[in-house]
Parts: sequence; C-alpha cells; structure tokens
Amino acid sequence: MAVVYKYQGSFMDRLESIDAFRKLQNRLAHDHDSSKPTIVIPAGTCAQASGANDLIRVTKRELLNRGLTDRIGLRITGCHGFCEAEPSVLIEPSGTFYPKVDVERMVRIVEAVAEGKVLNDLLYVDSSSSRKIEKQNDIPFFKKQVRTILARNEKVDPIRIYDYIENQGYNALVKVLKKGEPRWVVEEVKASQLRGRGGAGFPTGLKWELLANQRNGQGKYLVCNADEGDPGAYMDRSVLEGNPHSIIEGMLIGGYATGANQGVVYVRNEYPMAIKHLMIALRQCHEMGLLGKNILGTNFSFDIKLVRGAGAFVCGEETALIRSVEGKMGEPKQRPPFPVEKGIDGKPTAINNVETWANIPVIIAEGAKEFSKVGTKGSSGTKIFSLVGKIKNTGLVEVPMGISIKEIISDIGGGPVSKAKIKAVQTGGPSGGCIPADRFDLPIDYDSLTKAGSIMGSGGMIVMDENTCMVDVAKYFMNFLKDESCGKCFTCRKGIQRMYEIVEDVSKGEGTLDRLALLEELANVVKDTTMCGLGQTAPNPVLSTLRYFRDEYVEHVKNKHCPAGVCKALITYSINENCTGCTVCVKSCPENAIFGERKQPHRIEPEKCIKCGACKAVCKFEAVTVA
Amino acid sequence: MITLTINGLEVSVEEGSTLLEAAQFYGFPIPTLCHMEGLTPYGACRLCVVEIGEGPKAKLVSSCTYPAQEGLKVRTASSRVLKARKMILELLLASCPQSKVIQDLASAHQIRQQRFRQEHEDCILCGLCVRMCKEQMVAQAIGFRGRGEKRSIGTPFDIKSEQCRLCGGCIYVCPACQLRCTFTEPDKAICGGCANLSPPCVEKEPFDDMMCYMQPCVACEIKKD
Repeated sequence: MAVVYKYQGSFMDRLESIDAFRKLQNRLAHDHDSSKPTIVIPAGTCAQASGANDLIRVTKRELLNRGLTDRIGLRITGCHGFCEAEPSVLIEPSGTFYPKVDVERMVRIVEAVAEGKVLNDLLYVDSSSSRKIEKQNDIPFFKKQVRTILARNEKVDPIRIYDYIENQGYNALVKVLKKGEPRWVVEEVKASQLRGRGGAGFPTGLKWELLANQRNGQGKYLVCNADEGDPGAYMDRSVLEGNPHSIIEGMLIGGYATGANQGVVYVRNEYPMAIKHLMIALRQCHEMGLLGKNILGTNFSFDIKLVRGAGAFVCGEETALIRSVEGKMGEPKQRPPFPVEKGIDGKPTAINNVETWANIPVIIAEGAKEFSKVGTKGSSGTKIFSLVGKIKNTGLVEVPMGISIKEIISDIGGGPVSKAKIKAVQTGGPSGGCIPADRFDLPIDYDSLTKAGSIMGSGGMIVMDENTCMVDVAKYFMNFLKDESCGKCFTCRKGIQRMYEIVEDVSKGEGTLDRLALLEELANVVKDTTMCGLGQTAPNPVLSTLRYFRDEYVEHVKNKHCPAGVCKALITYSINENCTGCTVCVKSCPENAIFGERKQPHRIEPEKCIKCGACKAVCKFEAVTVA
Repeated sequence: MITLTINGLEVSVEEGSTLLEAAQFYGFPIPTLCHMEGLTPYGACRLCVVEIGEGPKAKLVSSCTYPAQEGLKVRTASSRVLKARKMILELLLASCPQSKVIQDLASAHQIRQQRFRQEHEDCILCGLCVRMCKEQMVAQAIGFRGRGEKRSIGTPFDIKSEQCRLCGGCIYVCPACQLRCTFTEPDKAICGGCANLSPPCVEKEPFDDMMCYMQPCVACEIKKD
C-alpha cells in the first residue's frame, strides 16, 4: 500500500473494447517485475483478528523509513488458509513463509528481505519431524493440497482490480465474449462435471441449461449464495474477501451463457469485510465497463446488485433466499415450481454457491477437459474445507475430490492436537453427520458421504477426539437448529425441539432406552416430512451419532456415565495424589469450592462445584480428574 | 387434464390442481389442519403428507402444496405415510392437548397416548388466520414473527392493529383454539363434553366415535390443578 500506484492517471478508465482490455493487461504484465521481492501479508478477517493490521502498519513504516518502497513490494491479500499460523507473512518470489509473526519479527523480516536473506529462526517448524521448512509449498499443510481457488488469493489484493487483471483475471470472460456462443459455455460447464459447492451437489451445467432454456421475456436472475452460516465454516467468506472479482467474473460468464441480465449476491451481514471488498469490486467493474450495459463494447449487458442477509440461517436455502431477496420473510416454499422456472419476482433464477462461481473462470480458462481431470468421476474439481476442531493444523484446505478423510486429517491436518485419539469427523455443518474414525479411508465426494449418513455440505469439517461427547455434539446442533429452523413446518419446528429435549435428557442422565427409540423414530419422521433441505437434513446429527456411537448414548442412559467427561450432570471433578498443594486451582475456582492447606493435597467440595473445569485448565500436574 | 395414479387408481384432474384437491375429489381422505379452500396452500402442518415416486426415489410431500403432475404415482395411506402422520399427531397432542380437532384426529388414527413431555400450548402456527386476514379480509393485521421456537403470530409490536376490523375471521378458521375442549362446561363444548371413560370432569353424555379417547385425558387432567 505504501507503493505509489503507477496507473493512477488512467485508473478506472472505461474499457470500450476487448482490445482495450488486452492492451491494459499487456501493459500491466510488462510493467510487472516478477523478480522484485514482495512481502505478502494475508489480512482476511481471521488474520486481522490475530494481528495482521499491526504487521501491515509496521511494514509500511519500515519500508518508508528505509526508503525501500521502490525495491520491495507489499501486497495485502485475503486469507491464505493456514489459520494456525496466522498472522503469517509470505515472501515472493522466493516463497519463504514465516508463521506467527509479531511486530518485532516483522521489522526483522523487512530487513532480511532487503538484504535478500532468510531468517532461519523464524521459519515454520514441522511438528512431526521437528524440521525447519523455508518454502510455503514444502510445508505438509500446503503440500498435499491442490489450491486452484485459494492460491489465487495470494496473488491478488482484493481491492485492486489491476492485480486481478494482471493475473489472467477476466481472461475467461474475454474468451467467452470473443467466442460469442452462449451454448458453448453451457456445454463446457456441463462437460466439466462441476457440481454445486453449496452442498447438495446439483450439476451446475444442467442448472444453467435449464435456465438458458427458459424464455427470456422479463429477464432472468443469477444469484450468488453467500449466506454461509454453518458453525465453523468460512470458505465462502475467504473467497469473497480475498478474490471478489473471481465471483463477478464467474457470474458474468454465467449471465452470458444463460441469457440472464441481473445478478444478485446475497451476503450475510455478519461478513462486513466481504461486503466491503465486494462493493469496491463492483464499483471498479462498473467504472471500467466490466459491468452494466455493453460490457467491453459488446452487446452483452449484465448487472450485479448486492443484497445483505439479516442473519437467518435458513436463508441459505434457495427458496427462502429468494423470498428474502424479494423483501419477504425468509421461509422456504414448495418446489416445484423450481427457482429455475419461477424464482425472484417470478422470474427464472439460478442460484449457485460462492465456490461454484469461483470455479467458473477456471473451467473456461483451462477448458472443461483439463478441469475434470482433477477429482473423481462423479465429482470433479477441488473442494475447499474448513478444517477445525481438535486438530493441529486448522485452516482452509483445498483438496481434490476423492481424497480420503485420513489424508486430510493426518497429512494436511497434522493429526490430533493432544494425546487423545481422534474419533470422528463432522462434515456438512448442522445438516451433516459424524463419520467415525474406522471409516476414515472413505473418499470425499458427494455420493460416498451421503452413503455414510453425512453430507458434503458447504465444507465444514469438525474434528472430534476422545474428549468430545457425541451426545453433547448432537445436543449442540439440535440447539442451533431449534433456533434456526424457520418454524413454518410443524415437524421441523416441533420435531427439532423434541429431539433436543430427548438428547438433553440423555445428557443429564435422565434418558431411557424407550426414549432413545422414540428419538430415532422421530428423527426419521422429521427427515421424511419437512419441506426444505434444512428440515430434511436437520436430524442428521442425531441419526449419524446414533448410528455410529449408540454405545455412548446407552452408556449415558444405563450407567449414567459420560465417557468423554463432558456432560456436566454426569461428571464429578476430584483431585488426585498428583496434587502438590500449589493453590493455583483454589484461586481459579469461581465458587470457592476447593479447600486445602498450602503444600497439602487439595479437595473439591462436590456440593459447591459447578463443573466449570477452570481448575483442570490451570492445573500443571494433571491432578484434577474428571470421572 | 393431467393423468396421475392415486393409490393405484388412474385419475385425471385439471391442470394446476394440487395432490390434495385431486385426492379429495376422488374420495381419498387426507387429514389436514392448515388447508382451507379459498386460502393459498401453505404446507405448515405436514399432516397431509403423501408418498410420491417409486423405489429409492420415493418421498413424502405435503399434498396441499404439491402440484399434480403427469404420470405421478401417489399413495395417500402407505405405511410410511401413516407412520409419519401418527408421529405428527403425537407431536400435536404433546403440544396442544386441548384442541378437539387434534384429539379427534388422533383418536381416528388409534393414538391413545403421546410419548413426549406434555406442553400446553394453543397455537400450532398453521397460519390459517394469517392467510384469512390477508387474503380474504385484505387486512394483513396479523402475521408471523420470529423463527424456530420463538415463532409466533400477532400484530406488529403487539399493539392493536389499525388494520383489524374485528371481523373474527381469524378465530373462525382456527383449528386449534376455537374447537377447544371446555372440560366441565359441556353445554358450551362442541364435543358435548369430555368422553374419557373415567371422567374426572363430567358425567357421561351420549357421544359419537370421534371423541376423546385419551387415557388418561390430558385436557381433563389440567383442569384438576
């Protein structure tokens, strides 16, 4: 940002033709010095929260103070995906990666870059081999990934359209406009076998074909669904924040292919930075003639408006989303008629997920054949997962379809975070299910995940270890869904409440085997009888935990015992002989429930204990036990 | 005309009809709480679910909202449908035990007891009143608010609506709170009094077979407190 922008004068000139666009792109490429060292600082929402803003400030100051602005470039980008290492810094073109950078380290890094050195003591240390790794691409977390979408986040400053254009941006659009055959685009997307990344996995090309075949009397809509609401999932946010132009380009291509003239990006209002970057990107496109009437001097016109969602999880469901865009209450509607026949304001509408749109320019630029080489037969391309939970390397991982869960968890994720063994992975958010460890060689694609009782979903992947109680997991998701169901269908609204009630009883040790059977019966009916995808998948957390972890439920019911030591009503905290009498736990206890003399073993008063776990967290001698 | 099969019988109905209309026209009974002629189908109560399609693609849909399609195979009383319907009725009874309509439906489906924790609500949020107010009375005085378990029906900000003309249409269409078991005042009750065979409330009156067979009767139990 400290670098004075060279194209200030001609910035935002309207591009009147495809040739003008090419000229600009060539000029940008010509002026770009790829050998010039550049400091890349990812500053997505998560990176900013961990301190990337300070790094940016310090770097700018150092570059200015040392007069390095001409010699060293600085690029502020969106998220790169390695959350565990944030705030991190990447040096181009060498590819040197520094994790967990703070302000003092940043100053040293700027110095080192100026001198062309590598700071060995700050490099990433691989935890399994204790080896220092310099290059980002050699780090196991990145090595196994195929980062078609995410890698572009590194190359682009999201608020600079020239960055995007310089990196082959809008080339796919130009290719499509030059070819002039909308049908070819639809066929190409169909041939790529791209399936919707929102979770259901409907073939995108087929959806486009249906939309293209609709009559164009009153206009058609294309929608980008960015109402990402699954707990622990943030793939769409980082794509929107880090590379908003790829979404715009995808939608432009879609508009050209299907004859739609209006695009809508539906973003939840909880993503302020995504909204900001997208607004900037849209304005830039308008000014440069990449959006609006007669795009790049052709007779193709397309516009995109941004609609902000007010925070209802159910509005990610397409019919509810349409109603929300129309300004009505976000409630799903019966399909048929499908949105592609009657959508926003009764006009044909195709809705695709953020990641699906981001894949479109890749397909067009690479060609469908090349694209479908990655992945499996039924599921082509890559998929971004947000890998969270009890795992060492948390972050966004982009992997080819068909990779096994084991590879993601042990190779990319680096295995369990503590000594406890990993026992399950929850995929697909609240609508998904848990897959137990003995099925980790399951390939990740739409069909096999569904068969295993879970769903692909939008890409949340929560890793659970032995300290996670599966009853508690089911309870958590039921609690989430009972608030987030729209409440229209009686079975969804009341059914989820009742499921929560039974699961809560189990977690309190008040369950019976009859009630467990009732829970299963009810879950199957809710799955069968609700109208929209939310209700139909809502029982999945209960059903899949019952399927794979029934013994845990039975243990709660029969022996009133929580094997993971999570369910508060069934556990007691006590102090064992490891206690040195350091009194740290006494100070941490909010209820003054711990007694004992200094240097004498302590004891917890069970009546007073509220089972908050504060004592266990502070004890350095593993003296606090849960049973 | 559209030709489809209902319970094995080939029938034709007008284009644009729903499965519920088609089934009712040909005399297949389908219970429903949120459907009323003259109001837009909504699909909230899910009681009217029917099974469509075959094999692994068979699924349950609400017949009041699903359009009749050419060649569609519909089953209105398959075991899957009945199982779902019974569970829905159980859920309804568990929440709104005092509704005569729900009691009758439950007893007609051989439900004697519900297995959930008993609640005492009145509204089942079927939305008939909301649609009545909007579509027939053109007032839009009431509407839905909130979502999930906090969903409710009422006027904006719970202030008396200026749109409301006190027509009573909403009360008239309500399937749950209007036909409510009135315990000990049988002369006021539409059912003629509670027909529990060990009545804690009233002496038995002649009753037809569509009455409360709950054992014990939850509605009556409440009154005792």
